[in-house]
Amino acid sequence: MSATTQQDLAGISTGSEASADVADTASAPLLEVDRLAVHYRGRDGGVIEAVREVSLSIAPGETLAVVGESGSGKSTTAQAIVQLLAPGARIAAGSLRFRGEDLATASRRRLRQLRGVGIGFVPQDPTVSLDPVKRIGAQVAETLLIHGLADRRSAPARAVESLGRAGLPDPELQATRYPHELSGGMRQRVLIAIAIAAEPPLIVADEPTSALDVTVQRQILDQLDRLRAAGTALLLITHDLGVAADRADRILVLSEGRVVEEGSPAQILGSPRHEYTRRLIAAAPSIAAQRGSGLERHRLPVATLAALTTGGVGDPFVERTGARASERPGEPRHEGAPGADAAAGFDEILRLEGVTKAFPLPRSLGGGEQLAVDDVTLAVPRAGTLAIVGESGSGKSTTARIALRLEPADAGRVLLDGVDVSAARGGELRRLRRRVQLVHQNPYAALNPRWSVETIVTDPLAAHGLGTRRQRRDRAAALLDAVALPSRALTRRAAELSGGQRQRVAIARALALGPELLVLDEPVSALDVSIQAQVLALLADLQAELGVSYLFISHDLAVVRQIADTVAVLQRGRLVEQGDVDTVFSSPVADYTRELLAAIPGTRFAGPADGSSRSGTGPSGTGPSGTSPSHATPPDAIPASDTPGASR
Amino acid sequence: MTRYLLRRLLQAVGVLWAAYTATFLILWALPGDPVRILAGSDATDLSDAQLDALRHELGLDRPLWLQYVDGIGQVLRGDLGRSIGSGRPVADLLAAALPSTLQITALGIVLAVLGGTGVAIAATLTRSRVLARVLLALPPVGVAVPGFWFGLLLIQWFSFQLRWLPALGDKTWTAAILPSIALALPSGAAIAQLLSKSLATTLREPYVDAVWAKGAGRFRVHFAHALRNAALPALTYTGVIVGGLLSGTVVTETVFSRSGIGRLTATAVTAQDIPIVQGVVLFAALVFVVVSLVVDLLYPLLDPRIRLAGQRSRDRARAAAGARGSASAPSSARAAHSHTELETTGVRP
Repeated sequence: MSATTQQDLAGISTGSEASADVADTASAPLLEVDRLAVHYRGRDGGVIEAVREVSLSIAPGETLAVVGESGSGKSTTAQAIVQLLAPGARIAAGSLRFRGEDLATASRRRLRQLRGVGIGFVPQDPTVSLDPVKRIGAQVAETLLIHGLADRRSAPARAVESLGRAGLPDPELQATRYPHELSGGMRQRVLIAIAIAAEPPLIVADEPTSALDVTVQRQILDQLDRLRAAGTALLLITHDLGVAADRADRILVLSEGRVVEEGSPAQILGSPRHEYTRRLIAAAPSIAAQRGSGLERHRLPVATLAALTTGGVGDPFVERTGARASERPGEPRHEGAPGADAAAGFDEILRLEGVTKAFPLPRSLGGGEQLAVDDVTLAVPRAGTLAIVGESGSGKSTTARIALRLEPADAGRVLLDGVDVSAARGGELRRLRRRVQLVHQNPYAALNPRWSVETIVTDPLAAHGLGTRRQRRDRAAALLDAVALPSRALTRRAAELSGGQRQRVAIARALALGPELLVLDEPVSALDVSIQAQVLALLADLQAELGVSYLFISHDLAVVRQIADTVAVLQRGRLVEQGDVDTVFSSPVADYTRELLAAIPGTRFAGPADGSSRSGTGPSGTGPSGTSPSHATPPDAIPASDTPGASR
Repeated sequence: MTRYLLRRLLQAVGVLWAAYTATFLILWALPGDPVRILAGSDATDLSDAQLDALRHELGLDRPLWLQYVDGIGQVLRGDLGRSIGSGRPVADLLAAALPSTLQITALGIVLAVLGGTGVAIAATLTRSRVLARVLLALPPVGVAVPGFWFGLLLIQWFSFQLRWLPALGDKTWTAAILPSIALALPSGAAIAQLLSKSLATTLREPYVDAVWAKGAGRFRVHFAHALRNAALPALTYTGVIVGGLLSGTVVTETVFSRSGIGRLTATAVTAQDIPIVQGVVLFAALVFVVVSLVVDLLYPLLDPRIRLAGQRSRDRARAAAGARGSASAPSSARAAHSHTELETTGVRP
């Protein structure tokens, strides 16, 4: 087999600097998965084939990215490698050879010996993957203690050292803290420290950054790159083709439990052979980051549009929908509504002026106050989209809650259509609710799973006592049509729907009252890329057809670029940049914006869309990205493009 | 910490006052005349004048509010009043009954915690599915068995047939063993139910997977990680049990003829001996206040995320919201993610 000879080379080249352990077995691939199949027992007694036929191989020191959407079997493959499959799952066929030893048939005892020392595992979600009642240091030291690599006296120091290697600042202090006292990014570094504590030759990382902000994601991935430079092989599971393209030597694309394509990043992104890969690339916002790009446009059926925008005589919903015209004669415009800043050169539906919000800090942290939102002024264009971008803790959600009048601002004003609504109460506030609606981040938590879709969609109408039962049902049907769901979905329960369908229902519910403004709080971040692209396209269509304005909250700049007209960048509660989306993306003014743009993954092959170069932070730091696939490859490793599908 | 304790102390006074007032009103509203009950079979022989005299002597003819204020004043001076029936100070009666109850409660709690925890851990620790099922079937049975029946069974076996232990009374230490077992059965079963459920949930947490991935064995997973995380609900419930048992176990004490708090309560209620009933209620309230304070003080030792020390409630809510906020975005994303997997393939996340 040609693959073997190549792994020979790879093994020899890394063996010179890696531990003797690796050199011993360098003649074989480190891990070889051969026609793996994993089956689950379904709830109805049937069998679910999560992994049908997956073969892969990793040479020492190599990084292999496994890419796919939810349900592609990528996480199950990772779990099978560490033999930590969920209850009810079993390996139905195939073998997993780690240094020639089949993990599928290994004894529990042998697996215990291999885990941690042979294969390190970095789990998916840092916020739930550390024991909440144990100190960080103890959790890192545990791996060493289990395997007798350190005793009780030397383990703490080794743990601190491992935390340092994982890039955690101030490791001595962090080792004495509890997980809840650390941020998500720091916790992910702790998990990496746990995985590398015993210096295993292979690390399996299951979506190690999908729960993190882009800039943190970049730091974590840089850290993993550094490990690779030290000779550790990495199996990187990710849904993000951009991340895979930036970091991997080879990419494996998984769909429905099968490998559909394998190759170097340049091959996969440059000339994808499989239809599924092409779809994935087209849908990936980080790669196709242009406004409207990748968003297929559909026009609403005329009848639907008519049902939603104009009401006949006696239409109970007409008041609001009819009054959405740009002019609202009866209402006095507030003085000073047109702001002086650059972004206010358009007709605006919502304006926040000098909005400030502080939260008291716990006494244990010294008390005082934390400014969540600090003197933020921004405006949402009528029938357009303002995106608020920022990392977690930047105050974007608080800003949205203030705009919705769910949270009172400490200072500043909220102007809806030029009218100050910051002090609206009672009935006035209720009327306001008809004009501004919210779509939540998580469609799984935002819908009552036991309610039918009809009940959910008509709930706001019932709450405002609009229309008869029959009229409401008709409107629900029209709304479902508008969000491209079949009307038979009306009788389904929310729990029976997929994520994308649920978010459509949530959008339909938000549109039920015919609002002028939708506040969309990370509306696509819980969805797969292809679903994400569909929902974004739907939002663009609805805006074009219904003229509804969006306040779009997102941490994902790539998504923002596709949907927004103007963008406001928040950092620690302060507005650091605001302006037209193309201007902000092509010539960012604030350092922070540049940093955010540079952290978008997928720039390695998409070309310098952001116009800035990636600044390397370590020995394997990524230089200005051309099309060279080996920019982050250790110099002594073989070029990734020379490694064909090893066992296919 | 001192601030926290002061606040809890203030709350405790409030609870005690509320308990006293509620009992006072309920006893007043109950039908029946304590004076007639006190006179017993003689009541019919006594003239109304004599009954009135007796009422006057006991202070029961005064206006209600005066009786209430007087009663509170007495309690504040540490005087729980005297029994209508025997004329002995209520405090003395309680003090006399307490050791007997304390004996079986202490032993019962120890047995319940050991047994309940043991069953729960064994059920999740074992690799044998059959054994796990058998062990998990035990607690519901234990909860369902009526206490008096189980007590009688114990007497039948261990006293009458095997003649190992005394059946009745509270004179000797050995006499406490059988009633303790009778008490421990339902309590231990409830602890086992709670803990095994909580352990099963905890063992499915991602951080437990992360511990397995370090190469840990099941004993380390259970004893170094899962147990402490799973213990909170069981601890809370144990507190409730301790409170309940200390403030009197009427059925068990009756079955085993022990003159503890439970028997004292039963007799006092039947006789409408208001001072005793009020004394017992106050005592029970005190027990619960103390026990729940102890449990609350134990929480942060088990789980560092729970903090007490003199925080303003707003702070605490904020911190909780913050913790949820910081955790919820990624964790909900995770939930959504695993859910999606479930949607599209039906795979268990």
